[in-house]
Amino acid sequence: MSNLEIKTLEAEIAALERTLDEKKFRLQQLKSEHVSCPYSDVLSSEEIVRYSRQIIMPQICKSGQIKLKESKILIVGAGGLGCPASLYLAAAGVGEIHIVDYDEVELSNLHRQILHYEHDIGLPKVQSASEKLKRLNSNIKIVPLHIHAFSSITDFVQKNKYDAVLDCTDNAPTRYLLNDICVIHNIPLVSGSALQMEGQLTVYHYNNGPCYRCLFPKPPPAHTVTNCGDGGVLGSVCGVIGVLQALETVKILTQMEGVLSGRLLIFDGSETTFRNVKLRQRVTTCEVCGDNPKIKEPVDYEQFCGARAHDKVVNINILESEENVTVEQLRGVLDGNNIVIDVRSELEFDMCRLPNTVNLPYAKIRDNKSLGELEGLVKRAREGNKNVYLLCRRGNDSQRATSYLRQNFSNTSVRFWNVKGGLHAYSKSIDPTFPVY
Amino acid sequence: MHITVEFGGGAELLFDNKKSHDVTLPEKDKEWIIKDLLIWIKDNLLKERPELFLQDESVRPGILVLINDADWELMDTVNYVIQENDRILFISTLHGG
Repeated sequence: MSNLEIKTLEAEIAALERTLDEKKFRLQQLKSEHVSCPYSDVLSSEEIVRYSRQIIMPQICKSGQIKLKESKILIVGAGGLGCPASLYLAAAGVGEIHIVDYDEVELSNLHRQILHYEHDIGLPKVQSASEKLKRLNSNIKIVPLHIHAFSSITDFVQKNKYDAVLDCTDNAPTRYLLNDICVIHNIPLVSGSALQMEGQLTVYHYNNGPCYRCLFPKPPPAHTVTNCGDGGVLGSVCGVIGVLQALETVKILTQMEGVLSGRLLIFDGSETTFRNVKLRQRVTTCEVCGDNPKIKEPVDYEQFCGARAHDKVVNINILESEENVTVEQLRGVLDGNNIVIDVRSELEFDMCRLPNTVNLPYAKIRDNKSLGELEGLVKRAREGNKNVYLLCRRGNDSQRATSYLRQNFSNTSVRFWNVKGGLHAYSKSIDPTFPVY
Repeated sequence: MHITVEFGGGAELLFDNKKSHDVTLPEKDKEWIIKDLLIWIKDNLLKERPELFLQDESVRPGILVLINDADWELMDTVNYVIQENDRILFISTLHGG
């Protein structure tokens, strides 16, 4: 079967599925058009049945359900945290849910971003998420906002009187931005984060508790921040934190006690432990929530953090052009007669690799832990009159490694070449079956 | 004096990926305070890249210090006097989602 035929079928199926979804959604709307219940004063018969299992709990009861119905919340990020959080909040009957995300669905999202399915790849995440949430609950209003949280979120927060904001984002600048906006507009911020096997959860600016800036007045140095694309994350760990964000939000909206404010929950999935630690109170000298705040409107958060407001890798360019080879040139030297060093982590190398390459992770090279192995390879290259090529995922660490080798082996006749664009470029230009992750 | 020093949120990567360390601090004339412990950790547990853990005689921004599960800001930060069997956790804040 040809690739074209596969692509055509996929497109046709996706179009049919969308038509089907629209028809199902319309049918659901017609069937569930608000029918007042002669046996209850505020909720419809359908709502009473749907939410009965939580309404008959004393902690929620009818008044709590009405509060949920009358609430409007903002979820920032429709990814690993935003998907499970929004799913539970839509199911619980939160009346109006706005979801912000600028990204499109990618194959590498599906293991954790559970509202997105295979046929959603390429669609805006907010579109994919809102379609699923509407199918789950057609009584509530879902508003997808396909915008970059950074550019226009301030306007949305100003226009809408949100009862809570959920920080389901993936980078430090956006976390500071959301914190400041929430403090300025006096909205509780339910903040979650996850990486590898660990998660953290707390509620900022609630009931005189601290805000993000009270805890972290100075941003972390940019090079100490690891994102999910580099560090990895287990889907169910995101799920644990996202679902707990939904729980805290329900408690805030229904004015329950026991909200996780002034406390931090630390989840370690490798031991399955939850640690609940006591945090400082609101700091009276805090720049945004203190008694005499300096920050009264959003500032430049990318400059403040020295980092971009997304978790994508920013490509570097530290070499001269004559120190680079293209992936086309690389193809010609993968015959085993040259030395090609793949500087990705051992785990990535083990996952997928080009033939006749050797693995020396850049993290070890950088820390001078690979000098012995490098000396051996350089000696082999010199004796065999070979070149040494440095390769990585995107062509950034390989530049750093090339620069390191040139500095540490400046006396050798061996030449060191960086493979420009790395394995991503190889997949794009040479062999698309090499996985781009 | 015996204490437990713990690392989390990625800070453990600087310490051989080991999250919990049973530590016996040597006897000295004065009391052990957190400031002394930071130097002891730098000299004994942290073998490289100290700038990823310490900055200006304190921990670097983005790391929370918790003494027996309470924020060190509630206990005089670097000047807290360490007690026998204290659990001191250094946790790096996560940003992923």
